[in-house]
Amino acid sequence: MKELLSGNAAIARGAYESGVVLAAGYPGTPSTEILENLSRYEGVYCEWAPNEKVAMEVGVGAAMAGARVLVTMKHVGVNVAADPLFTAAYTGVNGGLVLVSADDPGMHSSQNEQDNRYYARFAKVAMLEPSDSQEAKDMVRLGLEISEQFDIPVMLRITTRIAHSQSLVELAEPVAREIKPYSKDVKKNLMVPAFGRLRRVNLAERLSRLARYSEQAPVNFIVPGDDRVGVVTSGISYQFVREALPGVSILKLGMTNPLPVQLIKRFAGQVDALYVVEELEPYLEEQIRMLGLKVTGKELLPDTGELNQGLLRRSFAAAGVLPPQPPAGSPVEGLPQAPPRPPVLCPGCPHRGVFYTLQRLKLTVTGDIGCYTLGGLPPLEGMDSCVCMGASIGMAHGIDKAVPGLKGRTVAVIGDSTFLHSGITGLLNAVYNGSDITVLILDNRTTAMTGHQDHPATGRTLMGREAPAVDLAALCRSLGVQRVQVVDPLDMARLKEVIKSEVAAPGPSVIIARRPCVLLTREAGPPVTVDAEKCKGCKMCLKLSCPAISMQDGKSSVDANLCVGCNLCVQVCTAGAMKGGEAGA
Amino acid sequence: MLKPVNVLLVGVGGQGTILASKVLAAAARAAGYDVKVSEIHGMAQRGGSVVTQVRLGEKVYSPLIAEGEADVILAFEQLEALRWLAYHKPGGTIIINNQRLYPVPVLAGAARYPDNIITLIKERVADVQVLDALQMAVECGSAKAANVVLLGALARKLPVEKAVWRQALENTVPPRFLEINNAAFTAGYGARC
Repeated sequence: MKELLSGNAAIARGAYESGVVLAAGYPGTPSTEILENLSRYEGVYCEWAPNEKVAMEVGVGAAMAGARVLVTMKHVGVNVAADPLFTAAYTGVNGGLVLVSADDPGMHSSQNEQDNRYYARFAKVAMLEPSDSQEAKDMVRLGLEISEQFDIPVMLRITTRIAHSQSLVELAEPVAREIKPYSKDVKKNLMVPAFGRLRRVNLAERLSRLARYSEQAPVNFIVPGDDRVGVVTSGISYQFVREALPGVSILKLGMTNPLPVQLIKRFAGQVDALYVVEELEPYLEEQIRMLGLKVTGKELLPDTGELNQGLLRRSFAAAGVLPPQPPAGSPVEGLPQAPPRPPVLCPGCPHRGVFYTLQRLKLTVTGDIGCYTLGGLPPLEGMDSCVCMGASIGMAHGIDKAVPGLKGRTVAVIGDSTFLHSGITGLLNAVYNGSDITVLILDNRTTAMTGHQDHPATGRTLMGREAPAVDLAALCRSLGVQRVQVVDPLDMARLKEVIKSEVAAPGPSVIIARRPCVLLTREAGPPVTVDAEKCKGCKMCLKLSCPAISMQDGKSSVDANLCVGCNLCVQVCTAGAMKGGEAGA
Repeated sequence: MLKPVNVLLVGVGGQGTILASKVLAAAARAAGYDVKVSEIHGMAQRGGSVVTQVRLGEKVYSPLIAEGEADVILAFEQLEALRWLAYHKPGGTIIINNQRLYPVPVLAGAARYPDNIITLIKERVADVQVLDALQMAVECGSAKAANVVLLGALARKLPVEKAVWRQALENTVPPRFLEINNAAFTAGYGARC
């Protein structure tokens, strides 16, 4: 029986079928649905960790003790988890450990498009790259087996088009979940320098055995074809090659660390011209060139963004491999440019008023990762920066310490889930090193951006159990913050007053702007109405960037189908033209 | 059928493109085709432009549709039809829901919503079908079934039997909404525009 599954659902199925006992991760597009799917299977323990480093450590511990483990995260999450990952290559595992790295070429929902294949080489772990959902499922099993056979973590590297594309998958019955015996072994698992040096040598030996395995691995295979053109490829790029270059010889690599060097040399010897088709960095190309082979890759194809079959056809036509391509019958000439439709904060979003206020107060605002990053876009423009999870607080402190002109004018804005992920240490530092910054925690009681996952302050776990909910205000006080206030972000007058007083106050302050995500509660008050007589057409309400508000014939108009009655516009209207209901402010 | 049939579903977050693509994929699967579906989650969904790519055929490799390759573009909104027009394959079909949803730059007065999109597209594409799916759905009992009206219009253009579509619809939508959705599908399937 075949089922149509996304890559993420297939990986979850693979973990279930392969006897995974524990799975951990932190939500991040495009990886999130793996654990959401896996948690619905009977008998697999799944958890959201506060961040990827903790998730990886949970996985390393469970694997050391003999359980099969899956750890999931988006590509930038591996930066956070890199510390345990690198040394876990030294210790090795006991039960198999597969780390899913979900990369995002094209940055559909990410701040960068780093190519995590380099992590596998850097950390000296094995890597598998599926090219569809069936392979994604199969490679979880294979990865666990390789992990156990070679005593090494295995990285399963997917991309957005694997994670979020659906294709047919043959399901199988699950194997029994077993836990391998554990015995204390400090020379293997206690990485002090003396033992680390031993494991370093042992790791080199394991990698050389892995390299021999890679030569024979069933996931590395040649698709025979016309020998004039040979293409080495992996992951989703394989599908684009099959589509754009039918009939050529293909070396399809499913295991991309270590590479099957002899197989690549043999393939190169069979073909007249050797090409590499890969998204992002010239990861395969550089290694193949180091073998002394003549190969064409990035001089033909871009090293940024996603590939597709159309792009391949044009590139290979330009190189003379394909005949000139007919123009795609462009019906677009002479058409007006479609105005962009950027993502925006939802109607009723509790973050909206915060950014409106910050912009009007002309503060320097370091931002963070989440839905609220949209508050930095026009017309709200209430944010100066967004770098990585937790960066807002450290950056604000850096500004505060270094630039006298901005001292006492700098605010960090961070979501509740992001604060628990990696904001706590930044705040601790601000207290310890005597900052004058103000930290705004936008507490919408969920991890909203990735689809409302629970976290340590929501009172519920991934498995649906009740859990102690951390008290954010008490946590901040315990870190040494003297000034902690909780406000309702829909009360704009109070919010503005509190921000002004905390920014002016010496020492670090925390303002918790608390109001659940509007999509979480689905609570809607009566929609706002506009008194056209009173409306002056000043467009102040438009500065809220609310999708429900528009100008009709010079007067403000509220779409009653979209409006949830948050009443922010009622509060910013200076003419008293917006009339709210009972709910909201 | 040798070459895959490519269907591009474009719209705005919240319009129900995902459900429509689910029914489409299930119907294609039940008709015995290989199927691939690709969609984007996360940041793009917050009221942004959304696109789902569905390919069906004897054997489908790429989950993506390249420019100039879409046999059918199913546009849930006028501006999105314009935005994705470059994906239209010469000789293919475009089905457009008459609805307009103004993006924030337009609402804020920073950009203009082109006012004659359908005329412009009809000048360039022979097979354009325009529906007032929202109104048709309201007549069937719920504005929320506009996506299924559009699905009905799409069904006529694809090599899948009507009965197979009906079964796929029944298997996908919650039972209490089946009656409305069946009516919406029929309305879309029968629409002449």
